[in-house]
Parts: sequence; structure tokens; C-alpha cells
Amino acid sequence: MSKSPLSIVRFRIIFILCWLVMVADHIMVLHFFGLPWQAAIIDSAISNSLLLLACILVMNTLRYYLPRGKQYINIFSICLFLTIIWLLLTKLLLKLALEHYPGYNELLQQSLSIRFSISFLLLGCVTMISILWFNQLEQIEFEERKTDAEKLAKEAELFKLRQQLQPHFLFNSLNSINALIGNRPEEARKMVQQLSDFLRGTIKKEETQWVTLQEELQYLQLYLDIEKVRFGNRLTTAINIDETSFQLKLPALLLQPIVENAIKFGLYDTTDETLIELYASRQENDLVIKVTNPFDPETSSPKQGAGFGLKSIQRRLYLLFARADLLSTDIKENIFTTIVKIPQHNI
Amino acid sequence: MSKIIIIDDEPLARSITKEYLAKHPQLELMQECNNGFEGLKAIQEFQPDLIFLDIQMPKINGFEMLELIEQPPSVIFTTAFDEYAIKAFEAHAIDYLLKPFNQERFDKAIAKWSEQKLSNTAKTTQDLLESASHSPSQNQRIVVKNGTKIKIIPVHEVQYLEAADDYVKIHTAEGYFLKNKTMNHFENTLDGQQFVRSHRSYIVNIQQITRIDPYEKENHVAILRSGIKVPVSRSGYGKLKEVLGL
Repeated sequence: MSKSPLSIVRFRIIFILCWLVMVADHIMVLHFFGLPWQAAIIDSAISNSLLLLACILVMNTLRYYLPRGKQYINIFSICLFLTIIWLLLTKLLLKLALEHYPGYNELLQQSLSIRFSISFLLLGCVTMISILWFNQLEQIEFEERKTDAEKLAKEAELFKLRQQLQPHFLFNSLNSINALIGNRPEEARKMVQQLSDFLRGTIKKEETQWVTLQEELQYLQLYLDIEKVRFGNRLTTAINIDETSFQLKLPALLLQPIVENAIKFGLYDTTDETLIELYASRQENDLVIKVTNPFDPETSSPKQGAGFGLKSIQRRLYLLFARADLLSTDIKENIFTTIVKIPQHNI
Repeated sequence: MSKIIIIDDEPLARSITKEYLAKHPQLELMQECNNGFEGLKAIQEFQPDLIFLDIQMPKINGFEMLELIEQPPSVIFTTAFDEYAIKAFEAHAIDYLLKPFNQERFDKAIAKWSEQKLSNTAKTTQDLLESASHSPSQNQRIVVKNGTKIKIIPVHEVQYLEAADDYVKIHTAEGYFLKNKTMNHFENTLDGQQFVRSHRSYIVNIQQITRIDPYEKENHVAILRSGIKVPVSRSGYGKLKEVLGL
């Protein structure tokens, strides 16, 4: 809801001054035509008060309903209609109040057309000014919204970049390489290669790109190899892929974050060895991927443990498919399962 | 000879610290530990002078582990945390080594520690913990020692906290646990939208409240789902009303 122009003190004063000038003018004119002062004042007060009400009504209506585009006929008819109502009401009240003055009825009849045209003009002006005012307010609000949206988009992009770089993973991997260089230089060299390939994969792929499960699995393997060097025999993985699903497609860079999430959840929630299992199969028109990790049901509520990683995946799936039911989770004893369905028909 | 313990969940990370440590014959490595639990045991057993401690580790992180030790040893953090995140603890840790780090940087940290030890200006690990407790993961759970066992209490399971001399009683459905902290500490670290200091000696989990009744003049009492009544002072009532949006 936008602010009425009358909410600004300066405009309110101008508006009231104009109205007072109108009232005074009205009295002078009627007196000039031979009406006694008292009658002229009553006449002016009644007609101008009603006119004031009509103006406020128009302003308030436009506050909630602003005509779009070429609806000027509508505005014109509303003004016309309001002026007629105003005229009828004024006439009725004036008659009741001032009938006993000699010659008043004739004066009223004669002046009706002038009263009508002046009021119509004034009401028209107020309407136009209000429309301009509210249009400008709307424009300002629109601009604000636009800058807000742009700011949000920029923040999201920055966040995405930071996520892609994964500083924690990167620095820990570099630290492992640093340790390998001294005693096992061959392995260090291999790990540098894997880390480079992994990072290159992150950078070169667009999030909107579609890849086959086979490609995504190769990329995932790089990641898993690095993590296994980092965590030694605490981390084991088992990958079970249905023959028929290797060529099914999924959005690039989707699988690795899911597995990463499971690994983090598993490794940081238990002190034992962590087995991460990955299953993929075709079910009707969907590629279904399941990733399991162990967790400790006593100390972590899976909601918290699953954490941020899954939320961003859910968001991505929603943006891609406009469906919120593609990511689900399941808990059986101490095993947490993440299930992702990827529809195959609309590729 | 000074006694050293390394606590890190990544074997290669431990091995590089060990390698750098070998250049300092006056430092004796007592044990390498895989996680906070092993770390606790080793610290109790060997009473080390200095520990190298990773922050992100399974089950309990480095800070939570330190909290469970009555007189924590000097600490040098070895972590891949970004600098920004670690800045808060800078003032209180002997030093922190950002992974990956080299021998030179490592030697510097050791020198800093020896210096502080000699001049007896060693920063207390207690101060460090107080500043660490404001990091975001810390307000999701409370780690306590229950006899020899370590108990991790997710904060949503906490019903209310009660002051008890130098300790705070943490009441859950399973009974209460003691933690050597102040009420102010919990008031500051727990999420203010979920935990409200209803009384000088009580902090209550608002999700556990079923109703609030008047109690004597000017006071109130909050009745929890478990039927327990928690005192609410006049100012506490104001805070509760604000959080509950009454």
C-alpha cells in the first residue's frame, strides 16, 4: 500500500489552503449575485465540504486501485459519476437548508451547470494529480525491488563461487599433499593430478549442463580418491550401478555434493569406519540415486546433520524441475539415506 | 623435555605435524590421536605441555574437547578453517597454523610458545574457550562429561538450565547433567529465540513451555511439558512475552 500525498505535511497544508480559497471565493461570488452573507456562507460550506469528501474518496480509492494503461475512459466516467452524485446531494441539502431565502431556488437552478462544471474540473485535477503521484511511488518501489533483487543475485553468485572453490576441502587436500611429498612423492604427484582434474571439472561445467551418469561418476571418483587419501581407511565406498542407468542423464555437479554431504555427515558423526554406499537405477522414467551414510541417532538429529548441503541441492532441483519432491531422506536405525530422483523425459 | 600430543582426524595431517616436530628434539611426542575422545584420554594420561589440535573433528570438535578438560594444556590449532573464522580465537590461542603450513611457520609457533612459557604470560585456554563458544556450531549442542562418559546433548533436548553454585545443571528428559560454566555463558551462547533467561537462576527452552501461570504477587511460573515448574521473575516474564510474541 502506498502513502497518500496527504500524508506529507507540506501537501496537506497546500491542499487545505486551496480548499479555503475555494470556500471564500464561493461565498464572494454568491454574495455578488445578491445572496445575503449568511446564506452565501452556508451554501459554500455545504457544497465545498461535500466536494472535499469526494476528493478524499478519489485519492483513497486510487491508493488501492491504480488504473493501468489506457483506462482513461474509466477515470473520466468515475469523475463524471462522482460529480453527478455530488451535485444531487448538494442540491438536496442546499434546498433543505436555504429554501426559505427569497429567490434562492431560482439562483440554485440557474447556477447548477456552473457548479457542475467547476466541481468536475476540480475533481478531475485531483484525480490526475493523485494518479501521477501514485504512479511515481510505484516506480520508486519497483526500482527498489529491482536493486534488491540484483543484490540478492550477486550475493548468490558469490556464494556459489565460494562453494565451488570449497576452501576447506582444498586446503586440507593441499595439506595432505604436503605430507606426501616428503615420504611418498609418487602418491603426492598422483594426488596433485586428481585434485587438478577435480577442480577443472568444477570450473568448466555449467550448472545447467546435462551429463550422463557415467561422466558424473568419473568426476565423483576423483573426489572419492582424494577423500580416501585424506581420511585413510576410515572411509570406504561401495558403488552399485544398474547396467541400464549408465547412459541416463542428470544435471552436472549434482551427484558429487550429495556424496560429499553424506561423507561429511558420516565422518563427523561417528568415530568408526564410515561406509558410504551409492546405488543408481532406472525406475520408470526416473533415474533414482540413493546414497547412504552411517550416523549416530543418539547425538544428532538427522535434520541438523544433513544440514546445509541438502538444502542447496533441493533448491537446485526445484529450480530445474519446479518440483519439491525429488529429494527425500530416510532413516533406518543408524543409516541415513538420501534419495534423489531425476526425471528423464524432458531432456 | 616437554610433552606433546597431536590431535587430528586426518592421518596425513598428523604425519606432517610429526615430521616438523622431529626437528625439535626437546619436544617429545607422546601420542597421536584420531579424534577428541582419544585426545581427552591421552591428555588425562600424559598431562602434555602443548597440544596440536584440529578444530573440525568427528563427534566433538576441538573446542568442545577443550571444554571438557579442567586444566587444559597450551594449544596450537592446526586447521584449514579460513582466517576470518579463526580470527576470533587468535587473541587466546598460543598460535594457529593454517593448513597447509611449512616448517618455518611451524618453528615460529613453537618459538612463540616457548617464549610465553618462559615469561609466564601464557594465555589461558579458558579465555580461548569463552571466545570460541560464540562460533555457530557451538550453540547447536552441549557437550558434557558424565562420569567417564562424554554426553552430547542436542540443544532441543534441553528442557531448562538451572544455576547450581559454580556449575549449571542442564535438565533433559534423562535427568540433569552438570557443566562448569556460568548462567551468563549459556545466556550468551544459546539461541535467544529458543532459550530465555526467565529468572536469575533459570534459563528455559520456550519450546518446552505449555503455559505460564501467575505465582504469588508479581511473579509467574512456567509449566513445562514434563510438568516441571520453572520460576519466572518479573523481568523474565517480560523477556518471555517478547520472545513468544505476546
